[in-house]
Amino acid sequence: MPKVTVDGIELEVPQGATVLQACELAGKEIPRFCYHERLSIAGNCRMCLVEVAPGPPKPQASCALPAAEGQVIKTDSPMVKRAREGVMEFLLINHPLDCPICDQGGECDLQDQSVAYGRGSSRFHEHKRAVTEKYMGPLIKTTMTRCIQCTRCVRFSEEIAGVDEIGALYRGENMQITTYLEKAATHELSANVIDLCPVGALTSGPYAFEARPWELKKTLSIDVSDALGSNVRLDSRGREVLRILPRVNDDVNEEWLSDKGRYQVDGLMKRRLDRPYVRRDGKLVPASWDEAFAAVASVNPGKSVAVIAGDLVDCETMFAAKALAGALGSSLLEGRQTGLSYDCSNLAAVNFNSGLAGIEDADALLIVGSHVRWEAPVLNPRLRKAAMRGAKVYVVGPHWDATYPVTNLGNDLAVLGKLPKDADEVFKSAQRPALIIGGAGLGKGALDACLALAEKYKLVRATDSGAWNGFNALHMAASRMGGLMLGYAQTGGIADLVAAKPKLVLSLGADEVDYTKFAGSTVVYIGHHGDKGAHAADVVLPGAAFTEKPGTYVNTEGRVQLADKAVFAPGDAREDWTVLRALADAMGVSVGFDSFDELRAAMAKAVPALGREGLADYGALPKGKAGASGVIDAYPIKDFYLTNPIARASETMQRCSAELLHGESFAEAAE
Amino acid sequence: MADRHLEPDSPELRARWGSFAFNAAWDTKAKAAIARYPAGRQRSAVMALLDYAQRQVGEETQTQGWLPIPVMEYVAKYLDMPIIRVVEVASFYTMYNLVPVGRFHVQVCGTTPCMLRGSDDIMAACKARGMHKGHTTDDGMWTLTEVECMGNCASAPMVQINDDNFEDLTADRLNTVLDALAKGESPKAGTQEPGRHTVEPLGGPTTLTAMVSANHDYRKEW
Repeated sequence: MPKVTVDGIELEVPQGATVLQACELAGKEIPRFCYHERLSIAGNCRMCLVEVAPGPPKPQASCALPAAEGQVIKTDSPMVKRAREGVMEFLLINHPLDCPICDQGGECDLQDQSVAYGRGSSRFHEHKRAVTEKYMGPLIKTTMTRCIQCTRCVRFSEEIAGVDEIGALYRGENMQITTYLEKAATHELSANVIDLCPVGALTSGPYAFEARPWELKKTLSIDVSDALGSNVRLDSRGREVLRILPRVNDDVNEEWLSDKGRYQVDGLMKRRLDRPYVRRDGKLVPASWDEAFAAVASVNPGKSVAVIAGDLVDCETMFAAKALAGALGSSLLEGRQTGLSYDCSNLAAVNFNSGLAGIEDADALLIVGSHVRWEAPVLNPRLRKAAMRGAKVYVVGPHWDATYPVTNLGNDLAVLGKLPKDADEVFKSAQRPALIIGGAGLGKGALDACLALAEKYKLVRATDSGAWNGFNALHMAASRMGGLMLGYAQTGGIADLVAAKPKLVLSLGADEVDYTKFAGSTVVYIGHHGDKGAHAADVVLPGAAFTEKPGTYVNTEGRVQLADKAVFAPGDAREDWTVLRALADAMGVSVGFDSFDELRAAMAKAVPALGREGLADYGALPKGKAGASGVIDAYPIKDFYLTNPIARASETMQRCSAELLHGESFAEAAE
Repeated sequence: MADRHLEPDSPELRARWGSFAFNAAWDTKAKAAIARYPAGRQRSAVMALLDYAQRQVGEETQTQGWLPIPVMEYVAKYLDMPIIRVVEVASFYTMYNLVPVGRFHVQVCGTTPCMLRGSDDIMAACKARGMHKGHTTDDGMWTLTEVECMGNCASAPMVQINDDNFEDLTADRLNTVLDALAKGESPKAGTQEPGRHTVEPLGGPTTLTAMVSANHDYRKEW
């Protein structure tokens, strides 16, 4: 633990800390462009210069200098001030003065730091360098003349995403950041380089020229595009959410967000259900709320009610629907729309027990039927970290490009009964073995066999650094864990609902269900998009999307998180719980809550874990049963960019799907 | 250098170079270059392999050689490394030609010592022979490039033509060299000053004069 002095403040810093980190610990602000906590150190912008003694009598780049015992660091000396002014002057030599037309304006590191540390005027009268436009795909808008060559984007794609596709070509003044042959960046986290870019070189394509940051209302929320519950910030103006940005949460998403979570936002303004509809003579026709409620009440289902929860709904909606069904005398609830029927009697068996952050420590990893890059894009960098630290990774299922070395054990689940010799040895000798069972594995009934493996290889054990539970189920729906906690699981899955032949089916934004099986039922769709579910519905009650209602979400590791409401739902649409509450009145039953707070309190009383933010405790793993059969021939996600109704309505996501997955080319419009 | 750019990827380029592979001789050298580095660090050999690839392209096209995109992709595959990392290296170093060059790549040094010793005349002589900076002549013989210091300041001005340096040039001497090259001869590389051996002082040594003919112990004279 070296002791250093920063501007007269003596402090001890952790072994291996850099001078920059030491200064930050002392509460000093060090300007920087290339340095980023989660990327390797490049030391090429020179903005973080400080004076360090002992050492050469010149400013030192603090980001790349290890803090050492007895160092005296000055961050406020005249030398440092002049050095920063000099570096800033050089950085600005080739940087265009186009802040008024630059989308980074207002949240630009270069802008902020030149105000704080620059000279205030330029002495440069020569021509500025210009760089030809680069194409980086539908999401990233480039203005490479603004680039200051910090190489954060290069390091991100190489180190975090694991896809070497961005590079720095040429040298010196002519250095240019580009993708190879200006192809589109094609991984699922590509848009994170926009956040990393300290200047306006890489900005958001779909959000171009939409708004200035100071016009936007910021609302803290949770991403619903996958089951990770990435922490996001909704930036809205008026009644429209204009963009979604990740928030830092080291336990969940670090500071990354998948392209889908970020860019499905424009789908929130398209294909919205903004008024109730009732099916008359085979056609959905607009109706008033009263007519729609009357249509539902006229079914008079008695106890014959079933509820299907969609992938995007919050716990409050599911609880309200459960309360309504309960008041009517039914407990036919199901959230696994596509027919999964794994055993949910013990939720520890379907939870990501090691935690999203914990999986980084695994030293042996078996992935059973999960295309992690598509099912949980933000999780893949963590698996990559584990692999880079030496973890052996095995995959059961069809090949997908993992961005780290994996050994494919084939598609046949029978391999779970007896792992090949080398894998067996790796798992026997591992300190922290882990297993991830994904959608395809759960779908093929491999859960029991995986639990048996967990027992065989002691995935739950005590280690030197605390308890380790390496048994992980990776879900794909934001509502899944919350749904399971609320009892949205029948023994036989959705088949039980079909078999019960309910008179009334309440569909909470469930768009992946095969409604032809409910041909004899009246389907009431409560949701926000005119997607598959609404097409099959007999009554459509317009609800709110995740940006338009407060809600509780539980991610795949059982983390209970709260989201806030950013904007109002369009037209006559209402928050889902109010729709369900009004429906209860229409059907003449009482659900026991009249306000959102009462609803939350009732939910917390019924399932106490949902009332507490943070990780829910599901207890010990159940015992498994060895032996699985079947072949994983495909993963459930066929098109990463179009997995939910919001994304399907989003033009950006449609274009990503067409261009990045199906190889259509979109010629740049001539300007 | 400011003009450097990649030759655009085109179907013709793919058709011509898509099937590029090292021939036996260069393959042996490539394997030897890789063997210099520890196993798993094969990508350290990228610079050597790019050079070999450029030379083989040169042999095939009767030029100094250059690096078409499919050839760089071949090198990337050969070394199991991302193509963008190969292109980064190739585009960084000016010794790798990114566009086709002529039979002889005339690189005229224009940095201060050469300029003071008359590199403008050298450049003018090149231009008088129909060369243009950054272009290849129509007969495919000459490519002219102005470069920065090549480290031959003691025998300035100089040009580098393919693998050889020609120093102590005047316009006439350069013309002699270029004429010889054009005829397919191999003119003497190095200094073109009659009587000069390498870069020793003109008109005989000015220091250590006693050492010229025999060994001399200077230590007693200090």
